[in-house]
Amino acid sequence: MFEALGQFLAITTVYATPLIWASLGGVFSERSGVVGLALEGYMIFGAFAAASSAVVLEASGWGAWGAWPAFFLGGVAGMLLALLHAYASVSLRADQVVSGFVVNFLAFGLSVYLVKVFFHGAGQTDTLRQAVFGRWGIPLLERIPVLGPSVFTTYPSTYLAFLAVLVAYLLLWHTPFGLHLRAAGENAGAAATAGLPVRRIRYVGVLVSGFLAGLGGATVVLTTTGNFSHATISGQGFIALAAMIFGKWHPVGAFLASLFFGIGTGLKNLIQLTPWARDIPLDAILFFPYVLTLLVLAGFVGRAEAPRALGQAYDPEVR
Amino acid sequence: MREFLVSLIALFLGLLVGAAVMLFGGYNPLEAYRALFWSVLTSPYQLGEMLRESTPLLLTGTSVALAYRAGLFNIGAAGQMYLGGVAAAWVGIAWELPPVLHAGLAVTAAALAGALWGALAGYLKAWRGVHEVISTIMLNWTALYLGNGIIRAYLLDPSQRQRSQIVAASATLDSPTLASLFGQARLGYGFVLALLALVVYAVLLERHTLGFALRASGLSPGAARYAGIPPGRSVVLAMGLAGAFAGVAGATEVLGVFHYMGIAAALPNAGFDGIAVALLGGNTAPGIFLAGLFFGLLNYGAGSMQFVAGVPLEAVRIVVAAVLFFVAVRHVFERWVGVRRVAG
Repeated sequence: MFEALGQFLAITTVYATPLIWASLGGVFSERSGVVGLALEGYMIFGAFAAASSAVVLEASGWGAWGAWPAFFLGGVAGMLLALLHAYASVSLRADQVVSGFVVNFLAFGLSVYLVKVFFHGAGQTDTLRQAVFGRWGIPLLERIPVLGPSVFTTYPSTYLAFLAVLVAYLLLWHTPFGLHLRAAGENAGAAATAGLPVRRIRYVGVLVSGFLAGLGGATVVLTTTGNFSHATISGQGFIALAAMIFGKWHPVGAFLASLFFGIGTGLKNLIQLTPWARDIPLDAILFFPYVLTLLVLAGFVGRAEAPRALGQAYDPEVR
Repeated sequence: MREFLVSLIALFLGLLVGAAVMLFGGYNPLEAYRALFWSVLTSPYQLGEMLRESTPLLLTGTSVALAYRAGLFNIGAAGQMYLGGVAAAWVGIAWELPPVLHAGLAVTAAALAGALWGALAGYLKAWRGVHEVISTIMLNWTALYLGNGIIRAYLLDPSQRQRSQIVAASATLDSPTLASLFGQARLGYGFVLALLALVVYAVLLERHTLGFALRASGLSPGAARYAGIPPGRSVVLAMGLAGAFAGVAGATEVLGVFHYMGIAAALPNAGFDGIAVALLGGNTAPGIFLAGLFFGLLNYGAGSMQFVAGVPLEAVRIVVAAVLFFVAVRHVFERWVGVRRVAG
């Protein structure tokens, strides 16, 4: 029983980690006033870049340490893609939904195309043997029964994600930078009148979101799949978007919602492992997070309120 | 006309970006584009298959366009299409009816299933204030898992495990005449349905008071309310109608091409490509027609591009993304086109 519970917790945190990264990214983007629809694309690109670079690093003898630069490059790749979204939706004032949609489209096509170019026509990268994250145990805490071996013996990307939640919260709610970012998303015109460079702020919000979601994509490769193919990221970006909304555009809320959505995946695995639970339809568990998000949005489970200037292009000539 | 010119420029620039990406990958773009377009347009069979590929795109394009004209963004065409397919399969498998009636009812069921799913997003928007972009994304995934669950529970082919049983012959949209015209390509009445949908769309929006009400609500919800058009009802109606078109797209695939419904890991691409079709087509019926055929050609020709020039299929997705990007930022060169016209 306890063994199953431990296993469940371990799976939950592992699956929640990419969602935590990406939903934090979503918070930065949407709080600055730009729709976070492109999270999926950033994750795809981050996963692709992490897998490809880790293969190269592994071949050049970096061993297990190759995972670190690959992780970081995943974030950078997400940020590069975010630059396109920012340019289109902030500078050129394109429809943010369309722009985000195009970025997702591009990420999917370009990443698989580049994999085929780099890996001699194969539809996936080589599978990593060494350049992946190992589990780290936290001294003392790892000796707690059940929690120790499951939660406090886990991947460094998970610990970093927990830390990032705290940093994001402090940054957004306790620094002038955070205040400016949120002001740009609440009322761009007023923020501009107060002398804030709204467009530059929004660029920062979108670029940070690309970086964080890119790290989320990299996490999937370096902890779970060990390679990249067209199916490595399939919907996690949209679940992260849901988690961010569920968490009411707040870092801690997004974190808790990501953990909650991670439970869904944890449950799925648990059911496949436990004989008596096999009768629960898998499909019902799979759609649970989405239905729940809809109920939250519809106000049946507490009201969620989006930043008020979300999705509106800021045009300095129009007041 | 100017809208058309702008779309042409976007298309040209998109192909240019695609060529650059191919060059980067070490491929010959001229050879690739030749393979992509030429082989399809010179063989009746391939032309027929291309029209078959375009069929759901025309319908989902119409779906997205209709919502757009009412001021709504329907990202949910994929989910509406998926449930439409499940409903068509259900009627096609579980019911026994005479030929034409059976197919007609199966298509109607698909339209209703799609309409219900679309209207749900409309309801959430109008009465609960949920943005349709978010609700349709969530509804897409819900539709996928719900549909898979229904297939698994009621329609499964026991010998296959991953797909439904075959629909009854009386429910198919096959047309021996059309197929023989196009070298036995899988082209049937589904394509005719798609063309009909475009006519319905054009008449509804341009000639009917209902279309006027929808467009008015899209242009200015406040003014529409002042004119006595309830905006909430327009939203539900627009999303419902949009869903109906997407639902029929699912029916054309199930009843006209595959004759079964597979348990899918992902939503049908045609649902998302419909957004591309509507955007490139400027949300007008003739535009959707041309854009639908063009994207059908791209998707179908990608195979021969890979076969002849060795270029990965995904190059086509990049072209589509680039075209869309230029459509999205069209106001940048719209001004340029406008200025040129004044100067000339």
